[in-house]
Amino acid sequence: MSITIQQLSVFLENREGSLDEVLAVLASNDVNIVALSLADTAEYGMLRMIVSDPNKGRAVLKENGMSVMLTDVVALRVPHETGSLSKAMHQIVEGEVNVEYMYAFANGEDASAVIKSDDPARLVDILRGSGFDVWEASEAYVSNIKNRM
Amino acid sequence: MAPENWIERIRDPKMECMSRDEMAVLQGKKLVNLVERVYNNVDFYNKKMKDLGVEPGDIRGIEDISKLPFTTKEDLRNNYPFGLLAVPKSEVARVQGTSGTTGKLTLMSYTQHDADVWGECVARCLSMAGLTKEDMIHVCYGYGLFTGGMGLDLGARALGAMAIPMSAGNTKRQIMCMEDFGATAFACTPSYALYLAESMRDAGVVDKMKIKAGIHGAEPWTEEMRHKIEDILHINCFDIYGLCEISGPGVAQDCIHHAGLHIHHDYFYPEVLKPGTGEAVAEGELGELVFTTLSKEAMPLLRYRTKDLTTITYDTCECGRTSPRISKFKGRTDDMKVIRGVNVFPTQVETALLGMGGSVASHYLMVVDRKDNLDRLTVLVEVDESLFSDEIRKLDELKNKVGAVLKQALGIAVNVKLVEPKTIERSEGKAKRVIDKRDLV
Repeated sequence: MSITIQQLSVFLENREGSLDEVLAVLASNDVNIVALSLADTAEYGMLRMIVSDPNKGRAVLKENGMSVMLTDVVALRVPHETGSLSKAMHQIVEGEVNVEYMYAFANGEDASAVIKSDDPARLVDILRGSGFDVWEASEAYVSNIKNRM
Repeated sequence: MAPENWIERIRDPKMECMSRDEMAVLQGKKLVNLVERVYNNVDFYNKKMKDLGVEPGDIRGIEDISKLPFTTKEDLRNNYPFGLLAVPKSEVARVQGTSGTTGKLTLMSYTQHDADVWGECVARCLSMAGLTKEDMIHVCYGYGLFTGGMGLDLGARALGAMAIPMSAGNTKRQIMCMEDFGATAFACTPSYALYLAESMRDAGVVDKMKIKAGIHGAEPWTEEMRHKIEDILHINCFDIYGLCEISGPGVAQDCIHHAGLHIHHDYFYPEVLKPGTGEAVAEGELGELVFTTLSKEAMPLLRYRTKDLTTITYDTCECGRTSPRISKFKGRTDDMKVIRGVNVFPTQVETALLGMGGSVASHYLMVVDRKDNLDRLTVLVEVDESLFSDEIRKLDELKNKVGAVLKQALGIAVNVKLVEPKTIERSEGKAKRVIDKRDLV
């Protein structure tokens, strides 16, 4: 079981319809989006997603001529308690792991944060060592899908 | 620098190494004869000269050439196909043509003598590349109306060498024949030469080849590309230049010193002129290359504007030839953009991007526009898989790096825009590299 999960990232030009194209390709190929973050600069955007099938997502977007890549990230389970993300971050800083970016995804019972770091494996150790839970890949990809088998 | 044991072979030392003064006399005689012929036999030139108030008697030597009218590609198109013949059509032994981007052919006619001169010029180029009658020249230029295949074939014939008329396409078969027949030289476009070289390397057959020289032209190419082909195949490559309007390949070629392309100026008289004005530029200054075909019989041209931009030098080359040399082509007048007073060519952008060692895809597009009366150059670069990072910091680093390299190369600030892969239009023929959105008339 993989303890890091694969994030699907897509390069987007700042032009009308570019996000729509990506979403349409994923939808028509039955790739569900579990979480997403959209970062933008003046000229281009970066769409980062946790999806139900990262490899398939990558393949279908690539077939449609898009620049895509898979990146190892960690999905931290954050209990719905004030201060819990702060506590986790504290441990990460203590452990000297550098967080490059982070975004959240919600899934009912608890909240989750997707964290990109320079050392994903170590990040998982730190978080687990300080009592936090992280998503297994197999769980994360199917999270939030209704009528799960 | 010439490799050790290099033997310089000069096919026609009398012509190729003649003093400038003697050559000027010879060129003058040929020009006087040429002007007589076109004035009397070609309505187009008769009219053009009369419009300028120039009579054949006004042309007494080569220095009078600036009195003569120019010829443009449009003139050739307007007189297509046989309107500019200076001999009866029965004297025409063959025709060659170029497809041209506008659809209509440019068709050129040759008498047997014209074809012989053409072959002679190519033979001089082959000698310059160190080849002799002992050599086997594998020609993968297309045979047909296009001058590439025929030109190299005629050259091999004049040299007494063996021509292998492969024509283009089917790389596997090309390599098999090269290996089986033992070709010692090959001729094709530089881009195909690189492709062939890489294919031979990948097939592990480089060591089985007897190739020692590559003759490449018909496309602008960079020194970096020449080194690349030479390094893979352990050969010497030469840049052959020519255009169908003037005869075909073999108008000029570089020697082993690669210090510019030697023009066979006893046949093709070169001028380098300021685009637009028609004044001669100083030696070493960039301008449009203009040719007068001094010996051509069937379809001679006066001061044909090639639209190719180059510089010219007249000093004697290390190889011993006195013929003037033109620099590798910087681009065409069509492609040159004046941006904030600086001349910019797509080839400069290409060289700069290629020089980044494969870290940037070679597909790019230059967009020139004007904001608040200030010209701006934006270069679109495709972000393909190999460049893509999901960290904005790294993409910005890439953008800044490309911007810095281009600024260094072009001398003006460049806005780099990263675009999605395959969004820059691919074309079958010549790639479109520049869009000018300024309303300049």
